[in-house]
Amino acid sequence: MKIAFSTTGLEMNSPIDPRFGRSEYFIILDEKDNSKQIIDNSAITSVAHGAGPRTAQKIIEAGVGVLITGNGPGNNAARVLNTSGVRILVGAGGMTVDEAYRAYKDNKLKQF
Amino acid sequence: MIIAIASGKGGTGKTTLAVNLSAFLAEKRKVILADLDVEEPNSGIFLKGRQVHSEKICRMIPEWIERTCIMCGKCQELCRFNAVLKIPDRIMLFPELCHSCFACSELCPTSSLPMHGETGGILYHSIISKKLQLVDSHLEIGQVSAVPLISATISYLKGIAASDDLLIFDSPPGTSCPMLEVTKSAEHVILVTEPTPFGFHDLKLAIKTMEKLDKSFSIVLNQAGDEFDSTIIEFCHSANYRIIACIPYMRRAAELYSAGRLLYQEIPVIREALSVIANNLQLA
Ligand code: SF4
Ligand code: SF4
Repeated sequence: MKIAFSTTGLEMNSPIDPRFGRSEYFIILDEKDNSKQIIDNSAITSVAHGAGPRTAQKIIEAGVGVLITGNGPGNNAARVLNTSGVRILVGAGGMTVDEAYRAYKDNKLKQF
Repeated sequence: MIIAIASGKGGTGKTTLAVNLSAFLAEKRKVILADLDVEEPNSGIFLKGRQVHSEKICRMIPEWIERTCIMCGKCQELCRFNAVLKIPDRIMLFPELCHSCFACSELCPTSSLPMHGETGGILYHSIISKKLQLVDSHLEIGQVSAVPLISATISYLKGIAASDDLLIFDSPPGTSCPMLEVTKSAEHVILVTEPTPFGFHDLKLAIKTMEKLDKSFSIVLNQAGDEFDSTIIEFCHSANYRIIACIPYMRRAAELYSAGRLLYQEIPVIREALSVIANNLQLA
């Protein structure tokens, strides 16, 4: 399963970015082989409208099965994520990526 | 001449001011009141007249034909507004982001995005009295985008207005796109506020927006008579913002309002405040 974390940095100890659509980076953890991949979403800062769906598009193109973020995506972004059945978990704002991953393993994150 | 009446938040008495000021001025000169608060156009409750025109306002949006689409992704590249997205198994459209520019539709190699009309809302035009007309547009339930309806209504108004008509625009509350759409075509904007911390906060946002647009604006303090009045008045004085009237809070006004009646005809203080506004802005 590939898990995507919205984050402000590139490391497992970087903080979760509570925003989804305008999060500058996503760390994608592939549980199959524990490999990490980064999605650089920083170009999104120049997008005035429609940032959420654009970001969601990148997530589904990366083949993500679980998204872990803070506040959760907006309606349009959620529509895009739903087309490929991405499971959306929220409430990880304030955690680091590592902590959020553990919280996910312990079933402590909320379903969006 | 176009005057817009706006406020950073709802419930400050913006519509009350718009209908009363319009009716008051129309005792002497020709006025067209346009209720452009299309999500909640309430002016018709206070101003009753004879309807002379109504029309459906449509906007054009693309529709995706899956059968002929070859998934080339050109439409997404072409749309400057992110209203079309190509995801692995389909094309997704976001009508509220669409600006009806036709680019995707015309340049799709397989004509898989034909444009079709979608009702955005309904415009009503009524004659209220010899000198007063009302145009109010109502956003279709379920429609999320007010801007196309507002801009179509403003074009209609420009078509019916004579050169000596005063147009008063009742703007949607807030400082987002619909409010900008209304205020950008006005020569002057009246910002209505109330003496509460929320009112003050939203007034400051509205002022910032007006300054960014480089708009001439002035302020009306409504429901005055609270100890918080002075905070707003001092703030405006120190920054040189013009307060053109303070309308006191009155129980009687609230009663007339709930009964759907005009206030200035029964409350002399309010008539006085309207005439001060008219003089200050040279509208009489
Ligand atoms: S441009 Fe036309 S054919 Fe190409 S993906 Fe878009 S809708 Fe399909
Ligand atoms: S009509 Fe223009 S704005 Fe609307 S989806 Fe097509 S390209 Fe985008």
